Amino acid sequence: MDSPAQYLHWGFILLSVPNLVVIGLMLGLFGAALIVPFPTRNGPKSREQKQ
Amino acid sequence: MSTADKATYYRDIRMVPFDLFKELALATVGVLIAVIVLAAVFSSPDVPPVTIASWATADPVDFVTTATSELAGSSTSADYGPPYNDNEGSVQTLWFLKPQSWAGVHNSVDPPNEFVVRPLQQAAVGNSALMADLSTFLGASVDQQSAWLDAYSQALADAKVANGQVTVAAGNYGPTPALMNSLLALARSGGLDGLLLSSDQFFATDYTGSLLFMGDGSYLGGLADEQKLTGDQWGMMNETGRYPGQAWLWLYTLGYQVHPFDQEHGFLGINSGNADLAITVTVTVLTLVLVLVPFIPGLRDIPRWIPVHRLIWRRYYSELKP
Amino acid sequence: MSAPQPAVPAEGGWTGAIRRQIARRLPLEELLPTHQPDYVRSWVYLFGAITIAALIWVVASGVVLAFFGPQWWHHSSVGRFFNSLHFWGVQVFFVFMVLHLWTQFWAAGWRDGRGPTWVIGVVTFLVSVVAGFTGYISQQNFAAQWIAVNAKDAVNATGMGAIFNPLNFGQAYGIHVALLPVAVVLLVAVHIALVRMKGIVRPIGAPEPGVPDAPAADTGVSA
Repeated sequence: MDSPAQYLHWGFILLSVPNLVVIGLMLGLFGAALIVPFPTRNGPKSREQKQ
Repeated sequence: MSTADKATYYRDIRMVPFDLFKELALATVGVLIAVIVLAAVFSSPDVPPVTIASWATADPVDFVTTATSELAGSSTSADYGPPYNDNEGSVQTLWFLKPQSWAGVHNSVDPPNEFVVRPLQQAAVGNSALMADLSTFLGASVDQQSAWLDAYSQALADAKVANGQVTVAAGNYGPTPALMNSLLALARSGGLDGLLLSSDQFFATDYTGSLLFMGDGSYLGGLADEQKLTGDQWGMMNETGRYPGQAWLWLYTLGYQVHPFDQEHGFLGINSGNADLAITVTVTVLTLVLVLVPFIPGLRDIPRWIPVHRLIWRRYYSELKP
Repeated sequence: MSAPQPAVPAEGGWTGAIRRQIARRLPLEELLPTHQPDYVRSWVYLFGAITIAALIWVVASGVVLAFFGPQWWHHSSVGRFFNSLHFWGVQVFFVFMVLHLWTQFWAAGWRDGRGPTWVIGVVTFLVSVVAGFTGYISQQNFAAQWIAVNAKDAVNATGMGAIFNPLNFGQAYGIHVALLPVAVVLLVAVHIALVRMKGIVRPIGAPEPGVPDAPAADTGVSA
């Protein structure tokens, strides 16, 4: 793991693959968190009391 | 907000049981597992530090070239300016801003004496030849010393290494080559690391001398270049080896890659000479904008215009909103 | 909770006044609620909690590293492991803090008087960046040397070189181990207190909350 990383060189942009993985993971996590439905225990029929 | 105010705020909102502590407990366990797995599988970056000794051994010519510039007072550190000394070589100003000058000298560093003369004086104890060379150099006039040092610096461009010594073409250098080769030997033995660290105190935690000396040379930067850690390689974001770096510094390091910060002759009074100050000012302003988003019209309305929130509260909008 | 009591005259001096302020602004039911608005059941709401969880392990691993001292994390395999825990904990911490920031931006979490909560949050991020920086230059390895040698130019250019020397391990380490963890934890505590005091912001476009039907009968002092 100590040998230099691979880099993506696009124009003036130079990003390491590990950093790209982290950034990609973040975007993926954010997108997934927005899209994946949150499990509600009893489904839409559950009518909790209004407070 | 009191309980009564909250009841009003959530008046038409359905409240559901929610176990905050269980959520935090699960998150804590989950993160612990993730971190243990990452640590076990990937370990962490830990490239051993460079020492004066390793530098002098790996690149004796660069070491001697740097040491010569230190003695001549022409190295980056010797010519730096505040906080180390009163010179101006690395002083940055931007328009009316001169914070480096205003702050003044607070951490006095005297490279010719601290990095070269004093260590040699300590090494000269019991070494009459070295003591004589040192006396010859220190006893010469300033002009004579400069002449020797200038000639030797130029000759070093074609230096060779033989038997642990740096040799140059014949010339009028006075005792300079002998002094520098003595310093080189001291450095390779590890003695100079110790002398630079504890020069005037027993308990040492301040590595300013060693690091300034090393930074003035090309060896440290060469190693950094291999790992793409230098300023024009988005280096601030990167890490040694195949590890993620500090991706959150992307905006700061971006500055060093774009005009005018990366140009010798930029514009608006900004160029590579004052890039550190200019970029810090720019990023500070942008950061202030981020801090004050709630109070900036337009910026604070972006979430309304680009409705990512319709995904965040999808269920609310579709099922619950009356 | 006790039955509503008639208003009592202010008593108890400073202590009593502080207690009444806390009881009014952040009663225990609000600090540790058992119910949340239904719209909080969305995955993005986990990012803040995960950030806190990561901070717990960053501090815990940091305490162990500090206890055994700088040589330990280079020369002992257990030390190297704790160094790795600290390194990855920091990565997780920043990843989820930024995800939490993105969430709060797109949710416009500063609405309805929650501007200070946003401000404290961003300040916490900034202090964390500085904490990370002092940590990186405290590693006592090649990266620490290189970062310090370069950072000193920006620190010096802004005049901060008069008070902070990145090449001074003792200074950087002390700030990293003692001062900044306290600062980050305090800021996080204030941030959470503000969140709990105000409650989670309503969704954008939700109808305006109504006005109280009648003034509250009691002074809001909880049992």
